[in-house]
Amino acid sequence: MRNKAFITNYYLMLIPGMILLVMFSFVPLFGIAIAFENFNAGLGIWRSEWVGLDNFTYMFQLSDSRVIFMNTIYLAVMKIIANLIVPLIFALLLNEVRKMAFKRFVQTIVYLPHFLSWVILAGIVTDMFSYHGIVNQFFGVFGFKPVLFLASNTWFPGILVGSDVWKEFGFNTIIYLAALTGINPSLYEAAAIDGAGRAKQLWHVTLPGIKPTIVLLATLSLGNVLNAGFDQIYNMYNPLVYSSSDIIDTYVYRVGLLNVQYGLATAVGLLKSVVSLLLIGVSYTLASKFANYRIF
Amino acid sequence: MVKTRSLSSNSADVLIYLFLGIVMISTLYPLWYTVAVSFSDSSAAAGGLVKWRPVHFNLAAYHEIMSDRKFFKAFLISIERVVLGTSISFVITLLMAYPLSKENAIFPGRNIIMWFLVAMMLFNSGLIPWYMTIKSYGMLDSIWALVLPYAVPVFNIILVINYFRGLPKELDEAGMVDGAGAWYLLLKIYLPLAVPVMATVTLFSIVFHWNAFFDGLILMNKPAHYPLQSYVQQLVININTAELTTDQLQSLSQLSNKTLNAAKIVVTMVPVLIIYPFLQRYFVHGITLGSVKE
Repeated sequence: MRNKAFITNYYLMLIPGMILLVMFSFVPLFGIAIAFENFNAGLGIWRSEWVGLDNFTYMFQLSDSRVIFMNTIYLAVMKIIANLIVPLIFALLLNEVRKMAFKRFVQTIVYLPHFLSWVILAGIVTDMFSYHGIVNQFFGVFGFKPVLFLASNTWFPGILVGSDVWKEFGFNTIIYLAALTGINPSLYEAAAIDGAGRAKQLWHVTLPGIKPTIVLLATLSLGNVLNAGFDQIYNMYNPLVYSSSDIIDTYVYRVGLLNVQYGLATAVGLLKSVVSLLLIGVSYTLASKFANYRIF
Repeated sequence: MVKTRSLSSNSADVLIYLFLGIVMISTLYPLWYTVAVSFSDSSAAAGGLVKWRPVHFNLAAYHEIMSDRKFFKAFLISIERVVLGTSISFVITLLMAYPLSKENAIFPGRNIIMWFLVAMMLFNSGLIPWYMTIKSYGMLDSIWALVLPYAVPVFNIILVINYFRGLPKELDEAGMVDGAGAWYLLLKIYLPLAVPVMATVTLFSIVFHWNAFFDGLILMNKPAHYPLQSYVQQLVININTAELTTDQLQSLSQLSNKTLNAAKIVVTMVPVLIIYPFLQRYFVHGITLGSVKE
């Protein structure tokens, strides 16, 4: 039915994209060799000294590595949990709003921070939480002493998680709202006839209705356990809070590009990529098995 | 529906509206606060007098930005980056999504190419090899280093593929019976139908390129080549150089020019705020169509 000319044209359409993908995604993979080398920029990848797994053993001996790994997991898991729950609650409340104009107005506003960069938002958040910032002024009214939030290892991780939720909860609500519109309205009518109030309808109709979506999002977020958010932390942290908020990505940047330890940084990055890929594989398998989810 | 509403239901409504109102204000306040600071007198802002509205309204900070040639240059570089990056990605996304939306039986090799795309999306080489590769192409300090590495947005392509797969298969067959070729079908049939999803991925692309700061910092050796976010990052954020003590951190928050920084932040936000209302009506539709499947 379909002739050869069609298939040839399909391949022609793919050529520009494939060339760029090979140049900027595939070719850099050869650079992974740096992780197994005592890399010397003057000699290049092919002629630098081969040292096997030295960079990896050195990485595990570093006193920082444990802290950085724990920080990454801790911050990422906290963000994952908060970013699943807060949007869910928000979507459920928004779903109860019957005035469409108000609903749309709220949505328009809460989606907005998602589209602003961490450079901008870090500037704003840092200013608000600074020593003389608006947050300290506000709590000062109630007699609290000003706190150096951004220099405190106790407060700073919370601010990271909180501001991340603040930025993303609106946007993450979209997927829940889409699932909520998929629930059959006759279920609500039937529940109302059976005497269920709003709370009972929420519990027996709404939540079971979006349970698959919740399970799906929770499963897929497993792949992000090592992604604690480079852009945010890079723009918000400072040396005083390294011990609570230095993560793998910020560490790779500092050690690799700033201190020019290419071998070590590449090894750390490679380990992260491999573990992340495994986690994504596991989460995708689980998602396709239990939630019947397919990417394409 | 209205009749079944009881008194308790009404008080629940009041609570819900109240709560949503508070959430809305707390989302908007930090942004509004920054706008207010940028229009305030700099000493009033430094003294922490700004709460809800500008104190001693003036445009001094904006005048200073207007006379800052570097800021203006960085702004133009960002515009150039967005225009180039988004148009290249638009063409490539469309060109790749159309053939890849066909079944493997119709387009042999489709599945292999698809897995290659997904593999490239999921497994990346890490920062150092990526940087070295771009360096080896001689692209450092060039606008192409900010555009070409992101020219194939695999995630967006998958969204568009899923959208195309939702269209009736008869489109192709009807077109072929009428003698249309693959290019004609793509440009005259699929492209007009793809407006919602293409608007969505275009919004993503514009926002991505506008907001990117890190690649500018590492791939541009000369600060004169920085796009706006990198430039602002250097000025507003990067004051926390390596050896700050707690005391210095305290005094810095007083000393730094709050109004000027706020004005820079506001100007950097403006382009996103301008395009946002136009594309917002598309993206909710676009995302849910592309990602949630039966």
